[in-house]
Amino acid sequence: MALDIETDTDVNELAQHNILVTTFEKLWNWGRSWSFWPLNYGCNCCPIEVMAAGAARFDQARFGYEVVRAVPRQADLLTVAGPITLKMKPAVERVWAQMPEPKWVIAFGNCAISGGPFRDGYSILPGVDSIIPVDIYIPGCPVRPEAYFHAMLELQKKVQKGDYRRG
Amino acid sequence: MLDTDKYTVNVGPVHPSTHGGLHVEAIMDGEIIEDVIVHLGYVHRSVEKIAESKTYYQFAPYTARLDYLATNLPVMGYCQAVEKLTGIQVPERAEYIRIIMAELSRIASHQIAIAATGIDLGATTGLMYAMRDRERIMDIFSMTGGQRLLSSYIRIGGVAADIPDDFIPQVRAFVADIPRMIEEYNSLMTGNEIWAARMKGVGVLKAEDAVAYSVTGPNLRASGIDFDLRKADPYSIYDRFDFNIPVRQEGDSMARWEVRIEEIAESGKIIEQALQQLPAGEFMSKVPKNLKPEAGAEVFHHIESSKGELGYYIVSDGSTKPYRLHVRAPSFINLMVLPLICRGGVFQDIITNIATLDPILGESDR
Amino acid sequence: MVANNINENELAAQLKIKLGEDLSITEDKYFTMLNIAPGRLLALMQLLKAEYGFDQLSNLTSVDFVETFEVVYHLYSIASHAKICVKTRIPADNPQVESVVDIWPGADWQEREVYDLMGIIFTGHPNLIRVLLPDDFEGHPLRKDFVRKEPGADA
Repeated sequence: MALDIETDTDVNELAQHNILVTTFEKLWNWGRSWSFWPLNYGCNCCPIEVMAAGAARFDQARFGYEVVRAVPRQADLLTVAGPITLKMKPAVERVWAQMPEPKWVIAFGNCAISGGPFRDGYSILPGVDSIIPVDIYIPGCPVRPEAYFHAMLELQKKVQKGDYRRG
Repeated sequence: MLDTDKYTVNVGPVHPSTHGGLHVEAIMDGEIIEDVIVHLGYVHRSVEKIAESKTYYQFAPYTARLDYLATNLPVMGYCQAVEKLTGIQVPERAEYIRIIMAELSRIASHQIAIAATGIDLGATTGLMYAMRDRERIMDIFSMTGGQRLLSSYIRIGGVAADIPDDFIPQVRAFVADIPRMIEEYNSLMTGNEIWAARMKGVGVLKAEDAVAYSVTGPNLRASGIDFDLRKADPYSIYDRFDFNIPVRQEGDSMARWEVRIEEIAESGKIIEQALQQLPAGEFMSKVPKNLKPEAGAEVFHHIESSKGELGYYIVSDGSTKPYRLHVRAPSFINLMVLPLICRGGVFQDIITNIATLDPILGESDR
Repeated sequence: MVANNINENELAAQLKIKLGEDLSITEDKYFTMLNIAPGRLLALMQLLKAEYGFDQLSNLTSVDFVETFEVVYHLYSIASHAKICVKTRIPADNPQVESVVDIWPGADWQEREVYDLMGIIFTGHPNLIRVLLPDDFEGHPLRKDFVRKEPGADA
């Protein structure tokens, strides 16, 4: 079907093509929101609750989160659980950079949000958002698995609306 | 013959099997490990410096965040150290409740060790079974302290509140189930042929090396040394209970695994005896609002934590805040033998050895 | 009871004879403290391990007393369950003490940690580099005169 953007009828055809693309976008977002692939990342107490969320009682597989990947290139969700120390900072930056777009970040727990109880120390960054952009903040010390699911569902809503950065 | 190359492989700090942020640099000659260099500090949260700016009461929750898998053990150790420093006496009922919570924490910690070793070696089902059983302990902790994981139920002077009515039946039911749990872990994993191939003879730690490197806990007992602080230097009321110390002679990963499983059974025995002997009485003694130990006083108190000898060295200057607080972290010291037991093995043995040494990086790095 | 079937008091008395003026003995409710001059530290430690059976170095740490540093050792005997504490004071303007790594290999990382956080040099240590902080970190944070810089401020 040849398109000639000079005439009105062709512009309508063009618009129809674009509407089709937007519907695809909605479909992709819906698919993405139900199949996040979290990266296996964690330092400290919070990832124990992430483990518990993945285990039998809480079962994150209900929300499509069970495909946990060890390799950043295969993951699209970075759940930063735990404090970011000076030594860990380059590791987090590198891992985040290796993740392909679109990717999301959940700042999980008080340490990741603001440094938490260790804020007065000399070796913790004041929150992971000082080095990478964050989509969802979920407070807790540690974050209960139920709260983790709340964060997941909020992220799902965000993704379904299309409200996220593109690469 | 095949020519081999020398190269370096980095494991971690972002890795599914490194128990937190552990970075291990493996120097390989073909398939064989020549040397292993351990890099720590990825979870260093300046806890000892923070202790100098918090009061003794305020610092107690930080100790829970040291060994966060067996939280009641480091908190109990800290509270006992401060009680030694200040001469506070803990009521009998509180002592028994503390022992029950401490031993439940030991079981929870060993269950995570079982779960983590399972998934590190590829047995995901082991993770699911052990975590499912551990959830019952989390329920008991929620019931008493309000928190699943980082419970601050044990306080300086006793415990925060008396046990609720449902506590004793739930704990009894859990303890009665321990033989069934151990049977399941053994039939799922210990007896498995692949498990044995990956664990037997892997990562052998000789007894004299274990003592020379200050290794403590199940790692020491798996190398043939019968040393457990609950019997060697008894604290609290451990001398009132009848329990055994599991010891193995082989010193390999399988021995460390078996010692931990047996310790779960022994902890069950202690809890059952504590429930039977539990007296009525106060749950907290009268403690001053501003706790000021004597100036110049110091204490080194150590307990048998699930990872080994956990010690607190506290120096007081007479104020409400410690002048110096040092945590003798068993995981930090136990990791010193990782290069020793990995040399000469193959790459995947690094993962087995880390898993069976059972370090916890929060405590290791403080 | 320590090795040779003697108790802590007899041990202290025997050591006083061997080390004389350089050793002073204090005690509290829980430990006997052997306060040794830094130059005789290695001699005392070798005696404690070889003759008195203290085969486990349980704890090695340090305290900053502003004008001096105190290095503290807690030793245990696996066989006899005996325990003892050794302390030595070094001047703050020249914080050096001999490493005990050749006597107890378990002192390795503990001495590295004290060097990292407190800045005390352990002479004779085979690999005295930082263990917990990044290599480019400035200063020794557990010292009382350490000035905290906001982490990540120059990121």
